[in-house]
Amino acid sequence: MPETPSPTPTRRRRVDLSSPVVWAAAALLALLLFNAVVNPGFFGLRIQDGHLFGSPVDVLKNSAPTLLIAVGMTLVIATRGIDLSVGAVLAISGSVAFTIIEGSSDPTSTGTAVVAILTALAVGLLLGAWNGFLVSVIGIQPIIATLVLMTAGRGLAMLVTDGQIITAESPAFNWLGGGFVLGLPAQVVLTLAVLLLVAALTRRTALGTLIEAVGTNPEAARLAGVRSRSITWTVYVFVAFTAAVAGLMTTANVSAADANRAGLFIELDAILAVVIGGTSLAGGRYSLTGTVIGALILQTLTTTVLTMGVPDEYIRLFKAVVIIAVFLLQAPRIRAALSRRRGGPRAVTSPAVPVPPVDGADARPLTPAVPAPARAADGPSSTSDSSVDSDQGALR
Amino acid sequence: MFKKTVVTAIAVAVAFGATACGGSDGDGGGSASGGGDGTITMGFSQVGAESGWRTANTASIQESAEAAGIELQFSDAQGEQENQISAIRSFIQQRVDVIAFSPVVETGWDSVLLEAQRAGIPVILTDRAVDSEDESLYETFLGSDFVEEGKKAGEWAVENWGSQPTFVAELEGTTGAAPAIDRQEGFAEAIEGTDNIEVVASQSGDFTRAGGREVMEALLNSNPEINAVYAHNDDMALGAIEAIEAAGKTPGTDIQIISVDAVRDGMQALADGKINFIVECNPLLGEQLMELAEAVVAGDEVERRVVTEETTFTQEQAIEALPSREY
Repeated sequence: MPETPSPTPTRRRRVDLSSPVVWAAAALLALLLFNAVVNPGFFGLRIQDGHLFGSPVDVLKNSAPTLLIAVGMTLVIATRGIDLSVGAVLAISGSVAFTIIEGSSDPTSTGTAVVAILTALAVGLLLGAWNGFLVSVIGIQPIIATLVLMTAGRGLAMLVTDGQIITAESPAFNWLGGGFVLGLPAQVVLTLAVLLLVAALTRRTALGTLIEAVGTNPEAARLAGVRSRSITWTVYVFVAFTAAVAGLMTTANVSAADANRAGLFIELDAILAVVIGGTSLAGGRYSLTGTVIGALILQTLTTTVLTMGVPDEYIRLFKAVVIIAVFLLQAPRIRAALSRRRGGPRAVTSPAVPVPPVDGADARPLTPAVPAPARAADGPSSTSDSSVDSDQGALR
Repeated sequence: MFKKTVVTAIAVAVAFGATACGGSDGDGGGSASGGGDGTITMGFSQVGAESGWRTANTASIQESAEAAGIELQFSDAQGEQENQISAIRSFIQQRVDVIAFSPVVETGWDSVLLEAQRAGIPVILTDRAVDSEDESLYETFLGSDFVEEGKKAGEWAVENWGSQPTFVAELEGTTGAAPAIDRQEGFAEAIEGTDNIEVVASQSGDFTRAGGREVMEALLNSNPEINAVYAHNDDMALGAIEAIEAAGKTPGTDIQIISVDAVRDGMQALADGKINFIVECNPLLGEQLMELAEAVVAGDEVERRVVTEETTFTQEQAIEALPSREY
């Protein structure tokens, strides 16, 4: 998979230990190992009716909606934005699709399903355009702009469904939730396709760099000739599109559109996945691989506690502990402290374990927000908010 | 600084979001004025419109009031206690003859109920109880007995599953919710002493289909021996059915299912043979409520606790009952 090019190609190292992605991957690996020990049946895959079944498949399948939205969210966050309305968009998309199917004269036909899917996606794009308009043209802060739709959106979805849970049997539509491609759940394949497309579009072209430039400093990017407004607008439309697709998936998954509960708090899961993956909420450099790992960690955690039978009261606590552990591992200051205690030669001789400037007492799990061109030649993790500012000054 | 803003804003957003999704079906109160000339005026404050069950509950109360000639002032609290308290206060100011409400939460009602008592307006609780030391604050509580529902489910299980080894997966409702706690307790009580029935796994599916499906998927992997499901509501049972079918097993045969609620989709699945037994949790308590209201206003003694009339459904009974089902 095309991934964030190393910002400092001059320095060659086998594993960049200061990269949060590495630590997230390590955490995922540890979690899987833990499962191998505690839940011996966890990796048991079996073929049933020509399809793969087992916990790993469940993890992939159930993480699909969150992952899909998180991919869109990564780009939004990279432009220094955020979209809180994805859960509402998800609910609206599912509600619109099922209302159309239920109200049609021939609910089981493929034609109806296609109309329903296209309409739902169109509505999603429209909602995304609205968010993008508020943020990029009107200039409202993203968190406020999308908060509007987050709160109003569920109301819209309830208006569409009349406050009821809508059920419908449409084989073509339900394929999105229960179908298979080459033995893998359709949701997984679809998500993978979107992921690869985004990776190719942003990493094989200059688009990714432009997005990072907008996130690092919109004004500087604009002066440098980047069309920041259209880029910002586009990422909001795209994240709403991913949310709409996720809405179709979750609705098809249970053959029911629940305007009240579908995708509740998924925006927070998506944001968490992005952050665990090492993308800074301050915008700029982003990592799609990190986001994938982040989403997988979240779902593996859920499946793990369900498989282990952790009492419900402890589930959230268990998850919180794991996630905090990941963040601590990623924090440069904690790592610096750890390697110093170990007294390893690395800590003494190499500047590769940087000590961040003392500008805030909090541990920083986030990656630096500086894109490749503006990066200092040294210190992969040494950047803080203040140094971003100085970089911006330099660009002006 | 930016980060701080983000964190604060997310916190605000979460708080905002948590309250905002309670429901937006603002029905508004009626504009009718207080009673007089013999007709009874009832002020009713509903929780919200969060589920099909609740919608049926509201419809039943509105229809029964009309049938009984009781003037109903209806107010939707949209899931918030604050709205409910202000609705009750306005009922008191309008000097209605009787106040009924389904409390959003259990606690925090003493002062507003005391105001009603001082104004001499009797209060009836429906569907959910309040947690108050002073029981004189309300006349009666009309609602389902969730423990009894769990017991009915357990008794059917003992009768039908008791003869062979049965490994039950229990899909619990929202952690801490009264129906979830009581339905679990009743079921456990009923199956106690039956060695063949064992609850091998119990997890919360949050009363939703998506939750039911995800939990069931995980349990089928971790406990392949499961051959029975007890779901605390129909929605979770319906989610579990999807998971069971996806795993290549037949719900209703390979894995038998007991559920609670008897909403339309659940009854349909029961009639289709995918669920084996449903304990009804009846939202149609309007008629009983109006009878109680009339008795209370007339000054008659009423029972402190009135249990809703509820039944159970087997597959055959579901096929029969389905055409005339109201919700």
